[in-house]
Amino acid sequence: MTSAVRHHIEDRARPTIGSVVRRWESLLVALLLLVFLVAGIALNGFLDPYNLADSTFNFSEKALIALPMALLIIVREIDISVAATLAVASVAMGFANQLGVPTAGLAVVGIAIGALCGAFNGVLVTRFAIPSIVVTIGTMSLYRGIALVVLGDQAYTGYPEALGDWGQGYFFGFLPRSFVILLVFAGLFAAGLHATVFGRRLYAIGSNPVAARFSGISVDRYRLALFVLTGTMAGLAAVLLTGRIGSTRPNIALGWELEAITMVILGGVSIAGGSGTIGGVMLAVLTLGLVTYALGLANVPGILMTIIIGALLLVTITVPVLLRTRASARRR
Amino acid sequence: MIGSVLKQREVQLALFLALLVAVVGVRAPVFLSPRSVDSLFTDAAILVMMALAQMLVILTRGIDLSVAANLALCGMAVALIGQKAPGVPVAVLIFAAMALGAALGALNGALIGLLRLPPIVVTLGSMSVFRGMIFVLSGGAWVSSHQMTPQFIAFPLDRLFGLTHLVWCAIAAALIAWYVTRHSRFGRELYAIGNHPVSAGYVGVPVRRRLFAVYAVSGLVAGLCGYLWVARYAVAFTEIAYGFELNVIAACVIGGVSIAGGVGTVAGAVLGALFLGVISNALPLVQVSPFWQSAITGTVIVVAIVFNAREGRRAGKQILPLGARP
Repeated sequence: MTSAVRHHIEDRARPTIGSVVRRWESLLVALLLLVFLVAGIALNGFLDPYNLADSTFNFSEKALIALPMALLIIVREIDISVAATLAVASVAMGFANQLGVPTAGLAVVGIAIGALCGAFNGVLVTRFAIPSIVVTIGTMSLYRGIALVVLGDQAYTGYPEALGDWGQGYFFGFLPRSFVILLVFAGLFAAGLHATVFGRRLYAIGSNPVAARFSGISVDRYRLALFVLTGTMAGLAAVLLTGRIGSTRPNIALGWELEAITMVILGGVSIAGGSGTIGGVMLAVLTLGLVTYALGLANVPGILMTIIIGALLLVTITVPVLLRTRASARRR
Repeated sequence: MIGSVLKQREVQLALFLALLVAVVGVRAPVFLSPRSVDSLFTDAAILVMMALAQMLVILTRGIDLSVAANLALCGMAVALIGQKAPGVPVAVLIFAAMALGAALGALNGALIGLLRLPPIVVTLGSMSVFRGMIFVLSGGAWVSSHQMTPQFIAFPLDRLFGLTHLVWCAIAAALIAWYVTRHSRFGRELYAIGNHPVSAGYVGVPVRRRLFAVYAVSGLVAGLCGYLWVARYAVAFTEIAYGFELNVIAACVIGGVSIAGGVGTVAGAVLGALFLGVISNALPLVQVSPFWQSAITGTVIVVAIVFNAREGRRAGKQILPLGARP
């Protein structure tokens, strides 16, 4: 390995203060602090630790879906069917519950059905080389339809107490369990994406799938694995959500797919693939969660929140492009 | 040669649609009665128009997820104008809806065309903003039929030569779209952009301006459909047409419009929309619970895309199985 080296590849440049400040994540941290500061001063009860802890219930399940969605978007794929997958998994749990399956079994059923839905998406995408957005728009309709066929205008209720404990219970009487689960999975995903060969290969696939294939990466197997992973996480979210609200209706988690995607994009993951971090996604999750919580305390109707989220998303992607155009104009 | 193959796909879809209609007609002969056919076309008209506009966008490798929110916002806006100022003629309101829709679409177009931002993200964002704006405009209140003037409600279902105005609008939209995609320079340039944006730029297609225009057109059609929707169902509220954008895209996908850009015909988009219309109108007649609609639609979409993918697979020299991606 000494004389045979023909090419010398530079190490990545050491981060300078300027490059750290300009990172997307730094901007999110600043935004998070700003929200914290403004809301903490302006709103009574915002800083109450119990309130803060409880506010995490609103986004933990969504964020659990956003994590694998980030990986999918990094490899240039997308899954629109996640919320519908969640619905099917929840329906399967309700069905199993009526047959008298115990709590642990219900969790297994929910997660397994989620994985199955994800696998179906993955097989369609990889075997037939169809763009994932088309496949998952179709399967979204299909999965949601299955939930509708099974339930009609009925609902499954009467879930065991233990399931509710996981959905809305606490560790040490203070920390919401779903939030702890989210943090654990965020750690796992961050480690997997940023510290393993698997993760590096995802970036390679996202940067250039053809080149990645020619470098010996089994691109389609990675794609399939990510779709299964996304379905599995949607199944896990179904277990927690079903436990939290204690019932399954066909319209459960309606519209969540777009909220999860918004979290990912706001977190700095490029829709063109090949870039983004789990840290960024988690910061976006926390920022959105805090803003929602603050607006709720301020009695702002929830629908106005959609304007803010949509505008944030547009500003998020527009500003860097405008800055880049200005910078290149100056150079010329 | 390629033209004839492409043509066959629409012919196959038409044959399959005819078969579906025949099967339903045998089970429930009332489905083929003139009245039922009339209501089928009337119900499908808005979806046909929206699918045609969406096809133009998808041809350029784009997507417009904001159309349903745009439709709802324009519908609410004209409903409120009609409520506050009952004297305004319906023609002016229709024009206002189209203008507002085009302006909202142009907003997407500016971000996507001029700044070259990814369409899916831009329209996802503007979808949320538009939907929220409806609430801001209306204060969360409904505008119901007794607050609308009779002329406002009457237009979509009034008849001309036996067909409702809705159907005439859809026919006009199909003819215009056919002319644009087959015979106008603008339309052919959309195909060129979808086939290869960079090459299109090199041969002199003004890609940015065309993208800007195509999203404005998509918004214009959404605005028109907003008025038609609100007037037809005689009610406007924040959630109207919620999730309709996915039906519109589904119609295009069933009609063989390729999401990878550059492939799609007017006949395909119209047939795709009619297909969905037939399913939703036929289910009650053959005593299938309406809860089946979404599952059947989903199955049809999945089958259609797998079918299209098998047909569209190009034979070519391939060293490694890459999973042909654009």
